[in-house]
Amino acid sequence: MLSFILRRILATIPVMGFVALFVFSLLYLAPGDPAAIIAGDQATPADVERIRQGLGLDRPYLVRFGEWVFKILQGDLGTSIFTSLPVTQLIAQRIEPTVSLMVVTLFLAIVIAVPMGVIAAWKNDTWIDRAAMAMSVVGFSVPVFVVGYLLAYLFALKLDLLPVQGYTPLSEGIWPWFENLILPAITLGFVYIALIARITRASMLEVLQQDYIRTARAKGVGRTAILFVHALKNAAIPIVTVIGIGIALLIGGAVVTESVFAIPGLGRLTVDAILRRDYPVIQGVVLMFSFVYVLINLLVDIIYTLVDPRVRY
Amino acid sequence: MDRRTFVKSTGGAVLAAASGGLAAPAIAQGAKVLRFVPQSNLANFDPIWGTQYVVRNAAALVWDTLYGVDEKLTPKRQMVESEEVSSDGLVWTFKLRPGLKFHDGEPVRSKDVVQSLVRWSARDPMGLMIRAIQNELVAVDDRTFRWSLKKPYPKMLLALAKNNSPCSFIMPERIAQTDPFKQITEYIGSGPMKFARGEWVPGAKAVFEKFADYVPRDEPASWLAGGKKMLVDRIEWVIMPDPATASAALQNGEVDWWENPIADLVPVLRSNRNIQVDIADPLGNIGAFRMNHLHPPFDNVKVRRAVLAAMNQEDYMRAVVGDDNKLWKPIPGFFTPDTPLYTEAGGEILKMRSLDAAKKLLAEAGYSGQPVTCVVAQDQPNLKPMGEVTADLLKKMGMTVDFVATDWGTVGARRAQKTPPGQGGWNMFHTWHAGADCINPASYTAIRGNGDKAWFGWPNSPRVEQEVENWFDAKTMDEEKAAIARLNTAALEDVIYAPTGFFLSYQAWRKNVSGVTKGPLPFFWGVSKA
Repeated sequence: MLSFILRRILATIPVMGFVALFVFSLLYLAPGDPAAIIAGDQATPADVERIRQGLGLDRPYLVRFGEWVFKILQGDLGTSIFTSLPVTQLIAQRIEPTVSLMVVTLFLAIVIAVPMGVIAAWKNDTWIDRAAMAMSVVGFSVPVFVVGYLLAYLFALKLDLLPVQGYTPLSEGIWPWFENLILPAITLGFVYIALIARITRASMLEVLQQDYIRTARAKGVGRTAILFVHALKNAAIPIVTVIGIGIALLIGGAVVTESVFAIPGLGRLTVDAILRRDYPVIQGVVLMFSFVYVLINLLVDIIYTLVDPRVRY
Repeated sequence: MDRRTFVKSTGGAVLAAASGGLAAPAIAQGAKVLRFVPQSNLANFDPIWGTQYVVRNAAALVWDTLYGVDEKLTPKRQMVESEEVSSDGLVWTFKLRPGLKFHDGEPVRSKDVVQSLVRWSARDPMGLMIRAIQNELVAVDDRTFRWSLKKPYPKMLLALAKNNSPCSFIMPERIAQTDPFKQITEYIGSGPMKFARGEWVPGAKAVFEKFADYVPRDEPASWLAGGKKMLVDRIEWVIMPDPATASAALQNGEVDWWENPIADLVPVLRSNRNIQVDIADPLGNIGAFRMNHLHPPFDNVKVRRAVLAAMNQEDYMRAVVGDDNKLWKPIPGFFTPDTPLYTEAGGEILKMRSLDAAKKLLAEAGYSGQPVTCVVAQDQPNLKPMGEVTADLLKKMGMTVDFVATDWGTVGARRAQKTPPGQGGWNMFHTWHAGADCINPASYTAIRGNGDKAWFGWPNSPRVEQEVENWFDAKTMDEEKAAIARLNTAALEDVIYAPTGFFLSYQAWRKNVSGVTKGPLPFFWGVSKA
């Protein structure tokens, strides 16, 4: 197991190398000029050129790529073109809101979606099953920003129960922190709940047809124990897989959710950086997200061994 | 107790009990905090290096200026106590007010001013003009400095007072020694608020705290002039990229003042009894599209005139601001309406609105269907509709349109290309100019016709350049007005660019906030919160 983890971690190196090359090349080829944005409308072309030189954007591709990779190997993701702040500092400033949002969303989604899927499978072909699946269709179909606006309108503007926007750090108290995350987490979790619920239902339906479930029933094992101990554990592998894959969905959704609820997280940092062509920030954030995604896949593989002892690496 | 407070207290109590009682620390007990949603993100904070308006607006809180324009656009003393100009107009001697201090406790000295002016004058169009005729700029003593010139420069006080970016903000000497093309890393000024650098989260929040040692002037505040008395202790800029979120936050009382609500949301804000809505900047904006004078078909002045003859500014303005007629007006010229130099001289071509006249001009020009590469930023709410109106107009005129839908970042890079449209260049792009920049030629880069050195499109019009020079040399208002009338005529005849109309925008604030004024930037002095 240990050697598997070690091999997988080593395997991330070429993956990250490829991501780095791809992201850097894509941004190099993309149109746009941060120097022109910085200089503003009153600047002359000569001013823009001097700013470009000052930022080192006039140097050849290979020189810039080489310098960037060299710095990354030393743990330095570079400096933002616009703020002159280190990219690591910008990421550190923004990581807490995004991680908080994702953790709360993940928690809400699992707590709601897994029982929903289990019950839908158990009550297969009844109105409960149909209602649950109809809800999941709605979850897939309605865009994240629409859900966000509707929730904000209802719970913040009309009922005045929750704030419309913003983020309060956990260090300022659990309730202020949680209060700001309720609506964004429900918004972001909507599609995720739909996804997990559908997979749970499908997986459970398959497992519930198995002989050992029939045997358990014949032995008089209780319904709850059959569903949540025997069946769910055996149906868990696809569910765990989809939860892992869904992290990418969450990262994408966080960009929209953070904009709708004005949460100062990594999603907004990324969008702002793209619009301004702040290359070091875009590269740093994409690299970090790729690394996180690779690690999550590793974690999913490890969880397989826990839910199914037959899985060995 | 309102519902929100109830939820807060009960929810808070439950979670606090569950967590062992983590409490939220107070930022500042009893401090008056004003929460403001600016027009865009404060992504950098060097008002000389980066000339975006949002940077200037924040900088006006932190850095003071020697002079400041008031609401009548007249330069007034600000950091300066007195000035003297020699009878030949060549030597200006300035004396600073006593007691001026930087936020680090150091006094403001003439050497700081001199170095700040050196850095500013390397980037500012008026500064560059002064630099070109400068003999020397020296500190005489701690409170006196002297600027000697080779020829008189009558607009000296305007240059030091103007609100156009870059403003001549005064920084400590060590900071002002930074190359003007590189960003400063310390944000120390002598303005009425200090920048709380530790709380700055670019893209999310910027915080300013009251500077206790600031000594405001005695005169009443008027724009950048007069006593900048701060009536709040802390100003938090909350960056909100989504207008709907900003609107909801203002309605919910989570923010106090929103700089630029979009026209679509104004009716919702107006219907809220706790919110006041008013015009933000009486100087407004002038919409524009520029034609590239270097390449066919717009290298031919008749083709450019054909476009002016056909266009109807009302179409553009309705597309940009909707049907609120108070928000726009057509302008047969280039200068900001309701300002002293506004003129309609030579503006007949913009009143024609005639497709027939345009087609006749096109035929005279020998236009034979060359495509017009029209680059339009889709991520700018003001520019996308303007681009669509223009594309439709050109098609009605019988021109071939290559409509390039892209983002503002790409337009910014592409418009700098002088190569032909087929090789990465362009024929046409849309933009707008702040009305404050269009009140005279001093900071009006877009009106210049100095060929290769001109703004994008590179118009070459010796007549325009001559009138710009005449305006700079004018000694009376009548001389200035005459020069501007001739300039307007020449600029329309040569079609420096195409003005699409004058438009205003709104600002909105909670009614418990008072002292909000109309102006080219949000002025925080005199603003209080109950």
